[in-house]
Amino acid sequence: MSARDDILARIRSGLGRGASAGEADAVAARVAAHRRNLIPARAAALDPAGRVQLFVTMAEAVQTTVERVSRDIDIPGEVARYLAAENLPAELKMAPDPTLDTIPWDERPLLNIRRGKAEPGDAVSLTPCLAAIAETGTLMLVSGETTPTTLNFLPDTHIVVLHASQVVAAYEDGWDLLRDRKGEGPLALPRVVNFITGPSRTGDIEQKIELGAHGPRRLHVILVDDDPARRQH
Amino acid sequence: MDPTSRAFIENAHAGLANPVLRRALGIAGAGFPARRAEAIARLPEFEALRDEGKAIKDHTIAHLDHYLELYEKNVTAAGGTVHWARDAAEARAAVLQICRSADAKIVTKGKSMVAEEIALNDHLEKNGITPVETDLGEYIIQLRHEPPSHIIAPAIHLMKEQVEDTFRTAHTDLDSARIIAEAPQLCAEARAVLRPQFLAADVGITGANFLVAETGSSIIVTNEGNGDLTQTLPKIHIVVASLEKIVPTLEDAATLLRLLARSATGQEFSSYTTMSTGPRRPGDIDGPEQYHVVLVDNGRSAMVGGEFQEMLRCLRCAACLNHCPVYTAIGGHAYGWVYPGPMGAVLTPALIGIAEAGHLPNASSFCGRCESVCPVRIPLPKMMRHWRERQFVQHQIAPAYRAGLAWWAWVAQRPALYHALVEVKARLLGWLGGARGRFRALPLAGGWTQIRDMPAPEGRSFHALWAARQRAQGTGGPR
Repeated sequence: MSARDDILARIRSGLGRGASAGEADAVAARVAAHRRNLIPARAAALDPAGRVQLFVTMAEAVQTTVERVSRDIDIPGEVARYLAAENLPAELKMAPDPTLDTIPWDERPLLNIRRGKAEPGDAVSLTPCLAAIAETGTLMLVSGETTPTTLNFLPDTHIVVLHASQVVAAYEDGWDLLRDRKGEGPLALPRVVNFITGPSRTGDIEQKIELGAHGPRRLHVILVDDDPARRQH
Repeated sequence: MDPTSRAFIENAHAGLANPVLRRALGIAGAGFPARRAEAIARLPEFEALRDEGKAIKDHTIAHLDHYLELYEKNVTAAGGTVHWARDAAEARAAVLQICRSADAKIVTKGKSMVAEEIALNDHLEKNGITPVETDLGEYIIQLRHEPPSHIIAPAIHLMKEQVEDTFRTAHTDLDSARIIAEAPQLCAEARAVLRPQFLAADVGITGANFLVAETGSSIIVTNEGNGDLTQTLPKIHIVVASLEKIVPTLEDAATLLRLLARSATGQEFSSYTTMSTGPRRPGDIDGPEQYHVVLVDNGRSAMVGGEFQEMLRCLRCAACLNHCPVYTAIGGHAYGWVYPGPMGAVLTPALIGIAEAGHLPNASSFCGRCESVCPVRIPLPKMMRHWRERQFVQHQIAPAYRAGLAWWAWVAQRPALYHALVEVKARLLGWLGGARGRFRALPLAGGWTQIRDMPAPEGRSFHALWAARQRAQGTGGPR
């Protein structure tokens, strides 16, 4: 008997039943319905503007820095300001994602921007995100052809562009965004979904929190205040 | 790892006599419960979420065979491979075979208690492959050749001075005049030393906090980002996970995630919660080319349907360790295997046998804090009692202890005799205690009086006092 069949047989024996079709139907129905469980009122009860404010509050509570700008054209200036303020060189590795192409980077010619996945020497990355979760100040990023995962983890500093209209209440709203994407089955999901809540940290030495254990030491969100009620995705 | 649980009593004494451990556990024993309490106070729905979390896990275990089959189907559909392992040897063999197929020399690892359980590192080393632990705590104890002493904070038994010594001994190519006395310097050194290992690794091994049947995904929860570098950079990602990690849907995972970080570290959410589904997709410019899941049974299927089934709900948050007066006094190494504290006292005997781990379910005062903080309401004290009953029935306890228990049970089943004897004992001890009101030494209680006095009863039993009080209030005696 294969290990697989052996393990399944032991489980069925423990449960006191065979591989009944009725049980399989119940499982299929539950998965197909993927009903939401209780969702805390903290974020779900808020209007769009309240959700954005809660996101900022929760994100800042875990050492994410957030700078609000009013339009996309302000992004390059904010990137340059942030890098200078943090004493970082004016160069960054940016996700080759088309949503970032419309930003007028040319207006900051001193910013040295390369596109692609992260390489070991890259100090600063800039990426878009799929959404942000107000409940816990969490960014939701997904992998894809134009959004490599390494940008989220290898560089010391990670800058994320977020629009107010991308802020949702709960993780379940993030799942719905994934379910709305085209396609069927597991391949419709991105290979990786990263929920990121603050910069990398560890408490492994005497329970004292230190930032920048292995992932980014700094996580900076540029929050573009478009109309939060206008869902872009 | 080979268990030393038989030596629990000696291990516990060693722990109590270790001043470094006392200081380290003092920090942990205060910090974790306070942070958890603050996080829960901020979430009014927490108790309702605990009920839902329990229900999700109970439903999943009652249909575990079907969810495992669905999970495997979806992993395969996403381009991954599931390897079923009945026991530790099969799990080790599966991992080694995958590593060999890629001619792997260096394997990076995220923190995984199941990998500790199957003693994976030793097996890889014996076969010429270098495993590199990347979680800071795991890295420290790997350098010290120690097992973890806590399931989410493996090096919790150490102070920064020990870590400094460890790093000076291990990192001999660094300037010996460097200053690494404080945590930030130690963290920076570990980061710098491990970064090239992440980049050089051929295979990355992580555990999983959850396996989602609906999508065939694995979810890891970390704060350092080491798990993400481990699973993103090498050509091959291997997930080593035990089969009770299954949850039905993404929505169910979200509910359990709300419980996990708050119960574990008192965070609203850990820094990184990462869901992975299969290998690199066509067009992707990073990510592993292969995605394997080694699904480990190793004794869990035998728990299904039995009196320890509820233990399969465990999320491995460590709240029961952090709140346990025994764990926070003696530390995790005393328990002698991978899983310490109350969850270990129940799980370890189920996985390595009650003959090996018989001391563990007895190392509890049944204060009940573990159950009161468990995010999925596992009745840990009740299950420790089940183990004690089994030991009694199977004659696995010392004859004198067994005879004493049998005698006590005989008396306790005869209330009149029991009350009379208790009354006599209370009066006698009250009289002997005299004006001091306590004893410096007592026959049969040397273990207690060796380090503290035993308070003497006031002279009357609780039953007698209660009956008198009820009579005084005119509500009749106890019944």
